[in-house]
Amino acid sequence: MVSFTPTDEQQLLLDTIRRYAVNDMRGAAHEADEASEPAHDVVRTGWQLGLIPSAIPEELGGFGEMSALTGVLAAEELAFGDLATAMHVLTPALFAYPLVLFGTAEQRENWLPLFLEERFVPATAALLEPGIFFDPYDLSTQASSADGQICLNGAKAYVPLAENARVMLVYARNVETGSVDAYIVEKGTDGVQIEKREQMMGLRALPTYRVHFNNVVVDASARLGGAVGSDFTVLLNRSHVALAALAVGVARASYEYARDYAKQRVQFGKPIAQNQSIAFMLAEAAIEIDAARLLVWEAAWKLDQGEDAAREAYLAKQYADQMVLKVADAGVQVLGGYGFIREYPVERWLRNGRGFPTFTGMAMV
Amino acid sequence: MAISFEIPENVQQMTQATAFMAQTYMRPYSRQLDENEHERPKEFVEAMWPILRDQQKATLDKLTRPANGDGEKKKRSSAANLRLMLLVEQLAWGDAGVYLCLPSAGLGGFAIEAVGTTEQKLRFLSRFAEGDKPVWGAMAITEPGAGSDNSSMSTTAVFDEATNEWVLNGEKIFITSGKLALEESNGLVVVWATVNKAAGRAGIKSFIVEAGTPGVSIGKVEIKHGIRASDTASIVFNNARIPADNILGSAEVQATKEDKGFKGAMATFDASRPIVAASALGVGRASLEFVKEKLAKNGIEIPHNLPYHKLTAIQRDVLEMEAQWKAAYLLTLRSVAMMDEGIHNSLEASMAKLKAARACSWIAQKTVEILGQMGYSREWLAEKWMRDSRIAQIYEGTDQINTLIIARRILDYTRRELA
Ligand SMILES: Cc1cc2nc3c(=O)[nH]c(=O)nc-3n(C[C@H](O)[C@H](O)[C@H](O)COP(=O)(O)OP(=O)(O)OC[C@H]3O[C@@H](n4cnc5c(N)ncnc54)[C@H](O)[C@@H]3O)c2cc1C
Repeated sequence: MVSFTPTDEQQLLLDTIRRYAVNDMRGAAHEADEASEPAHDVVRTGWQLGLIPSAIPEELGGFGEMSALTGVLAAEELAFGDLATAMHVLTPALFAYPLVLFGTAEQRENWLPLFLEERFVPATAALLEPGIFFDPYDLSTQASSADGQICLNGAKAYVPLAENARVMLVYARNVETGSVDAYIVEKGTDGVQIEKREQMMGLRALPTYRVHFNNVVVDASARLGGAVGSDFTVLLNRSHVALAALAVGVARASYEYARDYAKQRVQFGKPIAQNQSIAFMLAEAAIEIDAARLLVWEAAWKLDQGEDAAREAYLAKQYADQMVLKVADAGVQVLGGYGFIREYPVERWLRNGRGFPTFTGMAMV
Repeated sequence: MAISFEIPENVQQMTQATAFMAQTYMRPYSRQLDENEHERPKEFVEAMWPILRDQQKATLDKLTRPANGDGEKKKRSSAANLRLMLLVEQLAWGDAGVYLCLPSAGLGGFAIEAVGTTEQKLRFLSRFAEGDKPVWGAMAITEPGAGSDNSSMSTTAVFDEATNEWVLNGEKIFITSGKLALEESNGLVVVWATVNKAAGRAGIKSFIVEAGTPGVSIGKVEIKHGIRASDTASIVFNNARIPADNILGSAEVQATKEDKGFKGAMATFDASRPIVAASALGVGRASLEFVKEKLAKNGIEIPHNLPYHKLTAIQRDVLEMEAQWKAAYLLTLRSVAMMDEGIHNSLEASMAKLKAARACSWIAQKTVEILGQMGYSREWLAEKWMRDSRIAQIYEGTDQINTLIIARRILDYTRRELA
């Protein structure tokens, strides 16, 4: 039966996140962005929503409810609050979810209980690489194996929370098979060199780093999924829908703000929203946000059904990438000069929104 | 409830059967009917009439069936609107103009469903549920002086107490299946007219005008850019008399602002706009499938695992066409699923119609461009789909009017606040 109504449980979760987004995230976002520093207490509160523990299998102490659909619902709501904090709170999933999906029993037992702790535990993944023309299926970071050990070489970019991460998942091209594999690399491993923080147009409150791997040697058992390995396409699909959901959240934030502003701002004796040129921009935004959300939901639903959702996930991501730019851009225009002033959030949403085509692999459901 | 995109098994079967009908009774005649504008799609009409007639009969039978013994009828969620959406999408894939020649109550049926009493539904719709000869219905709102601003219509309905009849005067234009309904079958037209021009919207009511009513005549039959197989006619009312109880809903002109009569027209649109969206989607999919097929024959596949810089311009175009189509499809799916769940869907219906119409026109236009001289040639159907798709942006509220409706809803503005 076709339906667009979330379950009662999902609705409850959404209401909780909405309160957190409005009460906690929104209030801290501007300062955090200006200071290029995470709002740590807000991250802590966000962690306590228990999003990641709920996806960890029951036998390891979690709730065993790994659902892409629930994940995208939550992601949109978090990004509606603030993208940097949303991605911060969700960064440990970059490490945890691939283990839930493909980890060996040993990998899961070793690492997943870490994320059941009360406090935020930084863990991350490294996929993006420096330079232009990134292709996730054509990585220059390489993994070669010899004598039951694996040697990693290459450079990664935009690795969130790399400096503090207890452990990270490093994506590399397996030189023997040519496929993309992921490897578990613990903090302090020899040859891992974390550079100083990257400076970006947006997402300023999220610390990301360039990381070098110089002959980093890990045990063969560090390969995600062990001898069986993992399915990179599935991971990438889950990342695509997560990012697309975050984009919808950013767009909705900008749209709702601009809509309310346009009803208040009076010029020529009436609210600016009473002009078709403003009202139509907002109507357009409303449609495009809904359209992107539905693409995300369908892809996530397919993932949960265990169907091949590669095309859906890809199209949803592409659509949302463009949509968020268009909507956030309209948000700035509706506010006129004020839209350009950093005290008003719409310019931040435009800076953050423009990043989505770049953020490949930086979120996961 | 839970979010789900699962199309029920029986609806999938119906969709497949319809795809077969479209392939067999529509596509082969597409070009010929486009070139010979006012020729009727006989094969299609004959194939569809028994099916649609029996469906209409089943719907009417439900109305007369006594309520369950326990009094409280269990409210079963239905998939009626979903079915219709997917049916129409398939038929429009076959041929959008021919689809509009469906022998059924058509838009008139939507209006009767939305505003009529049970007695009226039985009285007026039974002709679409019986007999060997196909019957058409139509809906007439548009006038030469009242298009988008249809509340300014000037066709009048005056009550004659002496004969207990309504007397209609005026002219309606651009009426889909108007001639089929009134001249070529024993059909009917739902005509919107004002009983009191001073009352504005509150004075607008809908009336059933049956074939054979004296004083009703078909005027101009239009020649068109696309959907040429569809009959588009003007209807002239010259002291046309109809029975008192052919008015749908109440004859009262409410003193309050509750302009119920006109709201009836709007409720009709909640149901019909998603269906217009579905027809646009059908043409869009025809174009998209066709262009992909031709590209594949030339060794061009459309990947979904390459980054932007590794895609060719054509691949980018086609991916964008696919994404746009899917977005429009999902918005339409939502608007019908809401109807089936009994959730108010005016906003979503307008969104679906606007998005689907625009996306699918663009897809069809892009297809012509990509296929070059063969896209432009009348040898293939691509150019026809481009012409056929364009109408969805115009009827049932132009793109601008639907944007206006959406804008008013999201801004919570009245017509006066946002004109
Ligand atoms: C093939 C065909 C079939 C049709 N079938 C039917 C039918 O079965 N029954 C029926 O009743 N009608 C039917 N119509 C009529 C159709 O619904 C109208 O043509 C349509 O509503 C537009 O009205 P108009 O043509 O008078 O254009 P106008 O209203 O004159 O519009 C002209 C332009 O102005 C824009 N515009 C108008 N008002 C505004 C505004 N307030 N803000 C911004 N822009 C505005 C419009 O969007 C449009 O771009 C049909 C039309 C065609 C072509």
